[in-house]
Amino acid sequence: MLVHSRKARWAVWGVFLILFLPLFALPLLVVVGASFATHWSGVLPSGMTTANYQAATRGEALQALTTSLVTAVTASLLALAVGTWAALAAAGLRKRSRKVLDALFVLPVAVPSVVVGLAILVAFSRPPVLLNGTRWIVIAAHTVLVTAFAYQSVSAAITRLDPAYEQAAASLGARPATVLRRVKLPLLLPSLTAAVGLCFALSMGELSATMMLYPPDWTPLPVLIHAATDRGALFTGSAIAVVLMAATLLVLLAVSRIRTRASYR
Amino acid sequence: MGIRFDAVTVAYDGNVVLDALDLTVAPGEVMALLGPSGSGKTTALRAVAGFVRPASGRVFLGDRDVTDLPPHRRGIGMVVQSYALFPHLRVEDNVAFGLKARKVPKAEIRTRVAEALEMTGMAAYARRHPRELSGGQQQRVAIARALAIRPDVLLLDEPLSALDAQLRSGMLAELARLHRELPEVSILYVTHDQVEALTLADRIAVMDKARLQACGTPRELYRAPADAFTASFVGNANLLPVTVGSAGVSFADAEIAVDTAGAVPGARATLCVRPHLVGIGAGPNRLTGTVAEVQWRGATHRLYVDVAGHRVMADVRELREPPAHGDPVTVHFAPEDAVLLTAGVGGHG
Repeated sequence: MLVHSRKARWAVWGVFLILFLPLFALPLLVVVGASFATHWSGVLPSGMTTANYQAATRGEALQALTTSLVTAVTASLLALAVGTWAALAAAGLRKRSRKVLDALFVLPVAVPSVVVGLAILVAFSRPPVLLNGTRWIVIAAHTVLVTAFAYQSVSAAITRLDPAYEQAAASLGARPATVLRRVKLPLLLPSLTAAVGLCFALSMGELSATMMLYPPDWTPLPVLIHAATDRGALFTGSAIAVVLMAATLLVLLAVSRIRTRASYR
Repeated sequence: MGIRFDAVTVAYDGNVVLDALDLTVAPGEVMALLGPSGSGKTTALRAVAGFVRPASGRVFLGDRDVTDLPPHRRGIGMVVQSYALFPHLRVEDNVAFGLKARKVPKAEIRTRVAEALEMTGMAAYARRHPRELSGGQQQRVAIARALAIRPDVLLLDEPLSALDAQLRSGMLAELARLHRELPEVSILYVTHDQVEALTLADRIAVMDKARLQACGTPRELYRAPADAFTASFVGNANLLPVTVGSAGVSFADAEIAVDTAGAVPGARATLCVRPHLVGIGAGPNRLTGTVAEVQWRGATHRLYVDVAGHRVMADVRELREPPAHGDPVTVHFAPEDAVLLTAGVGGHG
């Protein structure tokens, strides 16, 4: 603790809560409140009901939830594979080529995601690779957008990894593939799960590129929320938003359990 | 199996860190590479392991030229300062790692892991994870892991420097015992600690500034060092700048009797005397000066004596009435206890 006296500690907590509550917690609480409401004209929402959730967990919304989960899981696993592979390869490069690779992987983050969406739409709308109108164009866009984060967090972990481990393994007679499988990847596991969790969360919430690409039979949750609020169904939209938050948090919680088990060793 | 360095040079970005090393380690020999940090000793070891590629020169294991062989095909056991035990594997799996990588049959793996853990006294800890072990225990596991593959050559890179002093001397005895049990294994032992080198090594190679300075048995290097650097690095040494005379040398105003064979009269040279061979009081080869500092070390007193602007160390049995700072004092040493160094004059002393 930086602050020692009890009074000062309370003051710091006070400032923290004053800043944190309105900025981070209250908007989320408002969404939760709205998700149970039919009217909101006073200070608090009124006409409490669970009807919004009935709408948010069946039919169109349920399908959107599945769509989002499948998209996010596929995209984050693909991103993890590509990002890890690239990060491992980058570790063996010379400084200059490595910088080029780093820059390449930052590109999808640096460019606005609407632009990434548009680029993918234009690129894959005609043969030889025709993805437009299929679910794969959404998954491809999400993969491109989140791979940057996977690459960055895995390559940061690789630089922190003590080369003594792989050298010890090599001196014991392990080929490079064995070293990777039995030593490096297990040691990187905590970072890999962190990376996949981050990618998953980002993909679950992606809207701007998805808006440009999604086919009618592959509508992820954020698009549905946007559509609902757009046509004025704020309370139904809130309920779907809560479902989105809950699903994301549940998956992240599961991933972080794997992570604590991996780093405990 | 022996190790041979044939004019091995290693450079990083044009910076020479190992300069044309020629060195042969005989089969079953313990060779210590002794030197300060940056002397090239670890680089030499890494060249044997295959982690650095020599810019020129060849490395041989036995008759086999391994210079271009990747590390995993060299069949070398290695223990590094940080031990590098795989944190995600249990002790037994750490030890089995090399055997699995070599596709040794499962039943044999089990017996050999047990054997290696038995040999290092770690059999009771087989199911533990490395983080549950103390430094000394991790060290033993690292040695067991390296020995399990039955290497002909064992590389030890500062294996004891992460341990505290008491554990270190215990582990030194352990290592000596292991080598007695495995007499055919050649050991290359990198260290900056002269005590480890003197205790364990059959021969010591003294390195400084990327070069091999001297190589010989501990006794040779201690009794008759070839140059001032070796004298000061292998054991403590008083190094006095002297001028060679006809029947001895002169230091400041004093005439000192010493064997001057091989030295040219009138030349400048360095006289090396070990501190524990310097006595207080009158005797042959007397030097008078004033006490600069007295250190009590339990069984001994170390005196630092200023003689004509030079500091002479004397380790004597604990004195009942030690002299105080500034007291005049006379020290002496026997002519046969001093060694005249004609190489490497200057810099030290």
